[in-house]
Amino acid sequence: MSNIETFYDVMRRQGITRRSFMKYCSLTAAALGLGPAFVPKIAEAMETKPRTPVIWLHGLECTCCSESFIRSAHPLAKDVVLSMISLDYDDTLMAAAGHAAEAAFEETIEKYRGNYILAVEGNPPLNEDGMFCITGGRPFVEKLRHAAEGAKAIISWGACASYGCVQAAAPNPTRATPVHKVITNKPIIKVPGCPPIAEVMTGVITYMLTFDRLPELDRQGRPAMFYSQRIHDKCYRRPHFDAGQFVENWDDENARKGYCLYKMGCKGPTTYNACSTVRWNEGVSFPIQSGHGCIGCSEDGFWDQGSFYDRLTNIKQFGIEANADKVGFAAAGAVGGAVAVHAAVSALRRAQKKNEEA
Amino acid sequence: MSDSNIHSSARAPDEIFEAARLTGDATLEDLESIRRRTSVYVYEAPVRLWHWVNALAITVLCVTGFLIGSPLPSMQIDEAYNQFVFGYIRFAHFAAAMILTVGFFGRIYWAFVGNHHAKQMFYIPIFNRRYWSELFFELRWYFFLEREPKKYVGHNPLAQIAMFFFMTLGLSFMLVTGWALYAEGAGQGSLPDTAMGWVLGIVQNSQRLHTLHHLGMWGIVVFMIIHIYAAIREDIMSRQSMVSTMISGHRTFKDDRVE
Repeated sequence: MSNIETFYDVMRRQGITRRSFMKYCSLTAAALGLGPAFVPKIAEAMETKPRTPVIWLHGLECTCCSESFIRSAHPLAKDVVLSMISLDYDDTLMAAAGHAAEAAFEETIEKYRGNYILAVEGNPPLNEDGMFCITGGRPFVEKLRHAAEGAKAIISWGACASYGCVQAAAPNPTRATPVHKVITNKPIIKVPGCPPIAEVMTGVITYMLTFDRLPELDRQGRPAMFYSQRIHDKCYRRPHFDAGQFVENWDDENARKGYCLYKMGCKGPTTYNACSTVRWNEGVSFPIQSGHGCIGCSEDGFWDQGSFYDRLTNIKQFGIEANADKVGFAAAGAVGGAVAVHAAVSALRRAQKKNEEA
Repeated sequence: MSDSNIHSSARAPDEIFEAARLTGDATLEDLESIRRRTSVYVYEAPVRLWHWVNALAITVLCVTGFLIGSPLPSMQIDEAYNQFVFGYIRFAHFAAAMILTVGFFGRIYWAFVGNHHAKQMFYIPIFNRRYWSELFFELRWYFFLEREPKKYVGHNPLAQIAMFFFMTLGLSFMLVTGWALYAEGAGQGSLPDTAMGWVLGIVQNSQRLHTLHHLGMWGIVVFMIIHIYAAIREDIMSRQSMVSTMISGHRTFKDDRVE
């Protein structure tokens, strides 16, 4: 891959001073939660390593992952796309279109077989032979399998690629299937979220380029550095949760005071993501800070966990508006009623028996 | 004394139990009866202790667990830093859960070292055809189709299957899902996470895990209703003692008929 410029070459060519470059390296180290000792390591990697070719595919999705990605502040998405990686194919971002684009796709696969990273946004629908998602005149699932064959690793961008998201919500008519259930022989990093946080996306890529390995993953295959804790664990409203101070209605006094949104159905306690630490839009805010509960968008099957505004999940198997408490009260009530009737009958039978014996 | 007359008294009933006769309420029939009625020591002290500690822990767990799912109205006692209402509710839940866990493991240990009645809760004799016919008999008794129940020393067949599903399997389910939820707060790499974190890996979504744990609680509540009712009813209507057996450990019988 000697014909690909190093990151440093590209950055210098773009008129970036060495001073700015070093600043960029320290910011990247900080964003990854690494100590100052890693700054020279990052700088060295950037100076010596050729840029990694990346193929970015779009399946059944809404492009919100791309929208998020291009808003990354640390590192800037422009730096990632233009300087860090060699984004050889991304049908929504590239200048080429039609046959020229498809030619670039094939060329990258051939030229860098076994060395490129495949980033997948969205997922393939499998019903009707994949006909629900056609790109470049072919079902997307074929394109995905083709690109995955020579990939070094796969990044599943967003809830779609990681878990299926809205198109896979019950009853999932197109049988939209997350990437790891279609491609089973490659290392896959899940970066869930709808969309994922911009800095998480660029952070994962930067880590992979810098250290030339996959970040440490948790049990579900997500980078542990961003997904090992729940929103709830680092939420700035957590003291109100422990105190028992909750928002009871939207726009009540407690909502104005910024109390805990637990009772309003906030999914922070069940959602693994970095929103409460990294936040969004250059660290400006995140949903809870804006007064709305977390909807749990980075969790598996989050569309099928009932309303965004209920603490207890509705369980469809027991009827449309039933949750665990309603089911439980009904069951306990039915059993309690049965016990009362049984006790009454028992008493009657006993009296009857005594009469017979007397 | 030879074996043949082991069950007959050496003396006439009116010559024995002098204290009982003194109070004047004991008929000759009563005296004959108390001479013959004997008890069986069924539940050893650790089993009884476990039963009551377990019952208390489950009660605390159900109440606090319900309040964690549906919290009390928001309260303003003091500033947040000086108020810990929800924290105490969760603390009580976790503390009771740890007592329940230790108790459950202690109970399993006792199944090995205790008497054979201590093992009954942990299995169903599924290959024993007689067991199933006796289970059916007990069901008929509960549907008022039998005039008289049979005598049992330990659990009756119906009680045994209920204990197995609601306590052995039910408590195990609650312990596994509960510790998996606790592991989330304890954090990745912690001991609870190392032991039980894999459960979230299977269930995938924590919200789903919460719902399963919550439904499990209602299963236990349903069991409690049936258990308490059946124990009192059997105490009155069956041929042996029930409630006091879990206090003294002795099962006493109300008659000496062989079946």
